[in-house]
Amino acid sequence: MSTRLGSGGRLLRRDRRIGFSFNGKRLSGMEGDTLASALLANDQMMVGRSFKYHRPRGIVASGAEEPNALFNMGAGARFEPNQRATTTELFEGLEVQSQNHWPSLEFDIGAINSKLARFLPAGFYYKTFMAPRSFWKHVYEPFIRQSAGLGRVPKDRDEDRYEHFYAFFDVVVIGGGTAGLTAALAAGEAGARVLVMEQTPHWGGRAPVDGGEVAGAPVDKFVDESVAALEAMGNVTLRRRMMGVGVYDHGYVLGYEQVRDHAPGTPGPRHRLWRIRAGQVVTATGAIERPLSFAGNDVPGVMLASAVRDYAVDYGVSAGDRTVVVTNNDDAYRTAITLKNLGLEVPVILDARAAGGGALMEEARGLGIRVETGKAVARVRGGRRVEGVAVCAQAGEGAVLEEIRCDAVAMSGGWSPVVHLWSHCGGKLIWDEAHAHFRPDVDKSPTGADGKPFVIPAGAANGALDLASGLTDAHAAGRAAAAATGHKPGGKAAAPEAAPAPEAPMAAVWLMPQGAKVQLRMKAWLDYQNDVKVSDIQLAAREGYASVEHAKRYTTLGMATDQGKLSNINGLAILSDALGQPIPQTGTTTFRPPYTPISMASIAGQARGALFQPLRRTPMHDWHEANGADFEPVGQWRRPYTFRRGQESREEAVHREIGQVRGSLGLLDASTLGKLVVRGPDAGRFLDMLYTNMMSTLKPGRCRYGLMCSENGFLTDDGVVVRLDEDTFLCHTTTGGAESVHGHMEEWLQTEWWDWKVHVANVTEQYAQVGVAGPNARKVLEKLTDDDISAEALSFMGFKEITIAGIPARVFRISFTGELSFELAVAAGRGRALWDALMEAGAEFGVMPYGTEAMHVMRAEKGFIMIGDETDGTVIPQDLGLGWAISKKKADYIGKRAQERTHMTDPNRWKLVGLETLDGGVLPDGAYATARGVNANGQRNVQGRVTSTYHSPTLGRGIAMGLVLNGPDRMGEVLEFPRVDGTVMKAKIVDQVFYDKDGEKQNV
Amino acid sequence: MLILECPCCGVKGEETEFAPGGEAHLKRFGPGSSEDDFHAYLFEKENPRGVHFERWRHANGCGKWFHAARDTLTLEVFGTYPAQTAEPPKDIRDKIAARRPGWRWREFS
Amino acid sequence: MSEAQSAMPGAAFEGAHTVRETGLCGMITLRGDLGASAMAEAVRDAAGTAVPGRREIVHEGASSVAWMSPDELLVMTEYARVPEALAAIGAALKGAHHLAVDVSDARAMFEVTGKPGAVREAIAKLCPVDMGHDAFAPGQIRRTRMGQVAAAFWMVDEGTIRVVCFRSVAEYVFGLLRDAGLPGGEVGLFG
Repeated sequence: MSTRLGSGGRLLRRDRRIGFSFNGKRLSGMEGDTLASALLANDQMMVGRSFKYHRPRGIVASGAEEPNALFNMGAGARFEPNQRATTTELFEGLEVQSQNHWPSLEFDIGAINSKLARFLPAGFYYKTFMAPRSFWKHVYEPFIRQSAGLGRVPKDRDEDRYEHFYAFFDVVVIGGGTAGLTAALAAGEAGARVLVMEQTPHWGGRAPVDGGEVAGAPVDKFVDESVAALEAMGNVTLRRRMMGVGVYDHGYVLGYEQVRDHAPGTPGPRHRLWRIRAGQVVTATGAIERPLSFAGNDVPGVMLASAVRDYAVDYGVSAGDRTVVVTNNDDAYRTAITLKNLGLEVPVILDARAAGGGALMEEARGLGIRVETGKAVARVRGGRRVEGVAVCAQAGEGAVLEEIRCDAVAMSGGWSPVVHLWSHCGGKLIWDEAHAHFRPDVDKSPTGADGKPFVIPAGAANGALDLASGLTDAHAAGRAAAAATGHKPGGKAAAPEAAPAPEAPMAAVWLMPQGAKVQLRMKAWLDYQNDVKVSDIQLAAREGYASVEHAKRYTTLGMATDQGKLSNINGLAILSDALGQPIPQTGTTTFRPPYTPISMASIAGQARGALFQPLRRTPMHDWHEANGADFEPVGQWRRPYTFRRGQESREEAVHREIGQVRGSLGLLDASTLGKLVVRGPDAGRFLDMLYTNMMSTLKPGRCRYGLMCSENGFLTDDGVVVRLDEDTFLCHTTTGGAESVHGHMEEWLQTEWWDWKVHVANVTEQYAQVGVAGPNARKVLEKLTDDDISAEALSFMGFKEITIAGIPARVFRISFTGELSFELAVAAGRGRALWDALMEAGAEFGVMPYGTEAMHVMRAEKGFIMIGDETDGTVIPQDLGLGWAISKKKADYIGKRAQERTHMTDPNRWKLVGLETLDGGVLPDGAYATARGVNANGQRNVQGRVTSTYHSPTLGRGIAMGLVLNGPDRMGEVLEFPRVDGTVMKAKIVDQVFYDKDGEKQNV
Repeated sequence: MLILECPCCGVKGEETEFAPGGEAHLKRFGPGSSEDDFHAYLFEKENPRGVHFERWRHANGCGKWFHAARDTLTLEVFGTYPAQTAEPPKDIRDKIAARRPGWRWREFS
Repeated sequence: MSEAQSAMPGAAFEGAHTVRETGLCGMITLRGDLGASAMAEAVRDAAGTAVPGRREIVHEGASSVAWMSPDELLVMTEYARVPEALAAIGAALKGAHHLAVDVSDARAMFEVTGKPGAVREAIAKLCPVDMGHDAFAPGQIRRTRMGQVAAAFWMVDEGTIRVVCFRSVAEYVFGLLRDAGLPGGEVGLFG
């Protein structure tokens, strides 16, 4: 059983006990523990069930590569699934639950799948859930959903805070082990701005556990001195608990800082996502030990040899009293030696190499440890925990030579450099035969904006696995990074010198024993988290999945939350073997960010709640809010849809507002309309190109409605253009159009007609704009101004500068409602004052604010088009009967050539008409008018569609506009519009102007 | 995420400050042009694997349009230059030639 | 006659740094040939300063002039002085192709104050800009993206940064600046 040793634990503070709970059980750990070490200290060997077969699983690793120990962590607003125990620092009150089992970890119904494993091979789901098709939705999908996924989905709103941070450095070093620190020192001494990030809370990486000497002193001292030296440098920033998430184009690096995961509830952001630009990136990300593929290698108690050593040295925790070590390399001997020196039993070291190891083997033997060379694990005995191993010859098929009782197995299949960050942005790999791993091909580095390499691997991440060569490599990397960012290497020219520790060559062992029968291969796990075995990969190869990317997706190897950190190389070695080709030919799957999963909330950063997106407010927004406005989003603006009173429905409110405008007086907050000032001697000429109409002939003081098209002819925006003076125009755009039309104008001015003398400024927000509409509109304004705004002094489509309620204003006589209407524009800072004055003065006319829906209905009653309703990016002005707004005299305007193309002039294009329902009801929005026959797909032919449809309270019936084939020539014809419920509505084609056809009301 | 240097204001900013604007150095065809020329102008855009000339706008910045010469495969930026020109300037073309001997893009090389 | 209202009168926050809305500031967008002597005259008459260099901001008394683009300046002065400043610009640039418009009400301005490192940090949490001492200093103006909106900022001194954004998004920008200064979020990168 696993337990806490009486002494030791480099990272512990033994005098500080920490209480936590696991599946409701109260347990106790120590300050400095990870959740994993604390669980092991409490003999919680089994920590979860596997994904597919629900097999008992224990902790395998001690770091980010852990595949099994994933938990539902926290509660309520701090609940999060799939959290790794090995990277979770223990804190008081931590609550965790294991995942993937029901009803309990110890007794799990789903474990039946384990018995059915023969029937659940690779591709099981693809093969099984095919037919019948009718089962897809109601049988297969619920089944798959039930069995899919690991942890629970959080239910409560996350109460923590998250933020981003933009930072810029010459050199970013990822990894704070001996290589990272050495590289940072070399770059820092050269004067570069350096950031070093380390994903754990501790500097030094594996070195303090693995031991060794630098410059004649223990490596711990070297780590401490290096950190102290870096801290003393003003140009170096050190961050712990910060992981290099990914390396992206042009030196973009994401750093994931877990600011308060270890101290939840203290003030501050939980995670901070650093968005970094680096001149050079040094990946000192170390290496990860590989498991060995033998039967039962997933039984709780089978762990990586390095992890067994870490738990013993760092946390004073033994994985078992009797630990069998099985290896293909020298490094695992360090584990045996460590355990032996702590007084624990190592019954045997099974070394798969016929010749065994080097100096470390001799040292182990010297301690009295039995070493068996050329031997392997045939299978692990035990279910929920290791009970023993059956020993066989590595060269054979698994005939058991001996049974050895033990309660833990420490395995080592060699080391793979962590090449993820090197590879993210295109760094290539080469196969290192001697170490049986891929390492960075330093001649094929990712390149940056200048086309030069910007990532340098260092230390174990570059395949320099031993301390001495790692330091040399990292020192060179740091100097190179500094030089590449324009810093003359300073400081020490020589790398720190470590005592060499020669090791015997490792031997590639991809299957144990090499001739294992299928019964063993079916129990030899590659991917613990996704339950992929040696036999699955072999099956995939037999079924033709020869590409590693295909085999990965077919078997789900490496697709779990650990992204194959342990399984990748072992899996592709098995695949290569099955395909009979060398490993480099098979290649690896693609390494993609993030290195380990990061919180979704950290990606969102500040963008949540009220700051999720900017909400644009007009100067009258507060008034609207206080007066019952139902807001609707229009782009990022919030506009009142209607102002409800009391128990009114939205529809009742809209009808009331329309009645008020048509009968007396209403106010519209029109501040959101885009307003662009266009000025210069060539302004008229420029607007002639931008609008379909002739704008250069507009007289100062007059307004003209204009249409704007894209170069391919489609109508994109409309609005009223006002000529303020000879050189100056004010162009109104749609609410959403101000920025895009401004951009459109600048684009043509800067990139096509750059010699034209025109300036444009976006003054949308300078003005608050109020539409004053209704038969009493002039009367209310006359109460507030001494200026002459009579029909003679300010005629329809005219404009004037006046003072109203003591506020300087521009008044435009334009109408979108069909009533007598004025639009007043005042400085935004005076908008609210104007609004208040109009409400007060209008009281005697029963004034009411009206919202966008009332405006829409009224404009539809008048047959006015709305960009986005009558247009959808495929409609040209000619389709909408707007030929009157298209100049025939102009040689050119943007969109003119396109509108001459044959399909644009096709007489069969659908054209705008009014639609009047026979029963007075309201047509469904977007409904299609059917025609005889069916098309090639067997669907009903169509001959038109509804673009706007409302109940008109003015007319007491449904009105609509629509685009209809030859519509204007078919007045009086009745069309059929099927509804979703299968019934059909009939509507007559009519003129689209339903109200005041002669415009007498607006022109008084 | 790219870094571009706006030649108009000199800011070296990240991609989120800029808005892409498609192929550079288009020749506009208006009324009177042939169907083929107009079609090509609107729709037949270069989509090379390698050297490319693009338009960008410093939308969250000085607001100016500019051109960028860029390798779409390696994302190397050969240079940026003002939009008020009908062809890539010589220094940019020389720089591309040094980095990508024998390059061609539309009528330029 | 009513007083003109700024976007968020009196809005203020105190945390790792302080944020306050400055109230209405007179602002004029001035476009034209920045190298012309008439332009120099217009700027001097309107604000008392010289024409700022590329990405620079210059101050004189209560007025400032910022370089916005190769053909655009932002002239800032007291709100009430805008008509006077516009008249001065109009007179100096009479006959020259230019555009001068009042945009005072179209903007909101915030002042962020605090320890020197803290105010740099506030911006670094929100804008993709290098706020290191070598990269940005008083006398410069930077137009960029703050969160999801366009904004510009400059340092008055090491402990003071001014931020300008569009009026309609004032609450959003204030919220960003406020949250960047909530307790416990200090990064400490800028000393």
